[in-house]
Amino acid sequence: MEKLFLSEFPELSRETLRFIKKGFDTSYRAFSREYGDTIEAVFDPVLYFLVWFEKLLQNSPWPLVLICFLAIIYFGSRKISVTIGSLFAFLLIGIFGMWEDTMSTVSIIGVCTLLSIGIGIPVGVLMAKSERAQRICTPILDVMQTMPSFVYLIPVVMLLGIGKIPGLLAVVIYAIPPIIRLTNLGIREVDSEVLEAADAFGANPRQKLFQIQLPLALPTIFAGINQTIMMALAMVVIASMIGVKGLGQPVLKAITNQYFAMGLFNGLAIVALAIIFDRVSQSFGHRIQQHRSGARE
Amino acid sequence: MSEIKIQIKNLYKIFGKSPKSALEKVKDGVNKDELLEKHNHVLGLKDINLDIKEKSIQVVMGLSGSGKSTLIRHINRLIEPTDGSVVVDDENVLKMNDENLRNFRRTKTAMVFQRFALLPHKTVLENTMFGLHIQNIDEKEANTKARRWIDRVGLSGYEEKYPQHLSGGMQQRVGLARALTNDGEILLMDEAFSALDPLIRKDMQDILLELQDELHKTVVFITHDLDEALKIGDRIAILKDGIMDQEGIPADILLSPKTQYVRDFVEDVNRARVIKAKHIMSELNGQDRDNAMFVDQDDFIDRFIDKVISDKPNCLIVKNKNNDEIGYLSTKRLSEILKR
Repeated sequence: MEKLFLSEFPELSRETLRFIKKGFDTSYRAFSREYGDTIEAVFDPVLYFLVWFEKLLQNSPWPLVLICFLAIIYFGSRKISVTIGSLFAFLLIGIFGMWEDTMSTVSIIGVCTLLSIGIGIPVGVLMAKSERAQRICTPILDVMQTMPSFVYLIPVVMLLGIGKIPGLLAVVIYAIPPIIRLTNLGIREVDSEVLEAADAFGANPRQKLFQIQLPLALPTIFAGINQTIMMALAMVVIASMIGVKGLGQPVLKAITNQYFAMGLFNGLAIVALAIIFDRVSQSFGHRIQQHRSGARE
Repeated sequence: MSEIKIQIKNLYKIFGKSPKSALEKVKDGVNKDELLEKHNHVLGLKDINLDIKEKSIQVVMGLSGSGKSTLIRHINRLIEPTDGSVVVDDENVLKMNDENLRNFRRTKTAMVFQRFALLPHKTVLENTMFGLHIQNIDEKEANTKARRWIDRVGLSGYEEKYPQHLSGGMQQRVGLARALTNDGEILLMDEAFSALDPLIRKDMQDILLELQDELHKTVVFITHDLDEALKIGDRIAILKDGIMDQEGIPADILLSPKTQYVRDFVEDVNRARVIKAKHIMSELNGQDRDNAMFVDQDDFIDRFIDKVISDKPNCLIVKNKNNDEIGYLSTKRLSEILKR
């Protein structure tokens, strides 16, 4: 029987749809066969650095690593409470046998954050300086933030296979938008009167950027870095699905095998890392705004 | 008398989408309201001509929306004009390329802003050095210069404070120190003291006049306050709706206002406190020195009026700084001026 036009949405025939999808997949496969190696080679230095960093954290004596961490935490937050809290968290993590996985996670989060800062801040600056860049970047960032991460894992895995680099890419794609957006926002929010004063004294665009816009945007940029770190941590489990080592893998194993305790311990370790990263980066962010509050230290 | 430092000629500024076509209409006689209503363009400045003398204080006065802040921003080209020219020392500012313009701003001009526009993340000292940092001047030299000016505006001891920790008056002293450290020949002051409360404003005016006595810069001073204009201006230009109504020395503006607008403005001014002896004196022609009173050319009327009433001199002889007699003033003329 003929279907009513209005009750059924007029869709492409199954044949056509299959043809389109197949064509798309085939050409992408051809592309990845052609260029996969080249693209992989591009990421080699990053991979090299990531592996070196992970090995450094895992193979150094744990007390040394712990002391380094605590020193960084103390100088970042200048808070004894945060430092002591972190000490207990790391001790518990170690006692419960998650030290090695935690080091892997810290290393990949660290590298992802550095990459995000290295790429995100320049892109944010570009967006702040050019309306056109902002018009182009905003929808791309929207897609990056809303596209389910599994969807872009597919082409990344097709292109680069399973391993650290595709995981890294997935994390960076997911985590980079906040730092770009907040760099852009922070620079655009800089008081126009202050910029006019800089113009009146003959500052060139570079001097304005480095002496006025970036320093004044820094608190906002730091909020972005904080967000980026949090989002990178949130991606740890998903990244473990494509072979990234760390706290995500035991969680994944726990899900598939219904090991509740194992999932809980590793999940809590991720939470502990998140809280430490958050407190340290937030209080560091507050401290660089000292001109807004009390006297100088 | 003295050289012209800044020459503004036939300056037009129209805000809107296509200022060039609106310019034609303004030149054809379309007025401000009509331009806004029918053509959706705002007339900022219309045919401004102003010669600013070297080493003098030129005040530009007007109410808000009169275009005075727009005008001062044309001198260092923070705003691009629609038509006209601004010539400083024989060089047209509006023809400079980016590099030359930056150099011009760095070395020839310095600006003080209504709302201070200090850099919130830098200390008083760093703010004061800002202009020199931009010019990549040696840190030690910049530091010395900046400290000297911080001291000069009375802020010693506050070098390491941040602007947010200072009161408005102190912040504007930093603004002034920053401008003076830059050591340009031209000082642009955009309602520099308007945001300050009256006592502090008076302080700042005195500081400016005191500094000017020794520095002799070419100062362009924007204000909406007539008392301020009369107090510090060597010459005053009055702007209304982007058009210059009158330009001249303070006494001329007070004694012979050209338009109703200016007349309304000067109506309530206490003349005795604004007009100096030299403004109203006539040429000497063998006046009788018996029972004459001597006054300094820069004395305001209210400095000698009491004595005139009590001593009842025949006339007043005006002297300059070297004690030469340069003019006279009859008591009749004096009372006429005060009565009007």
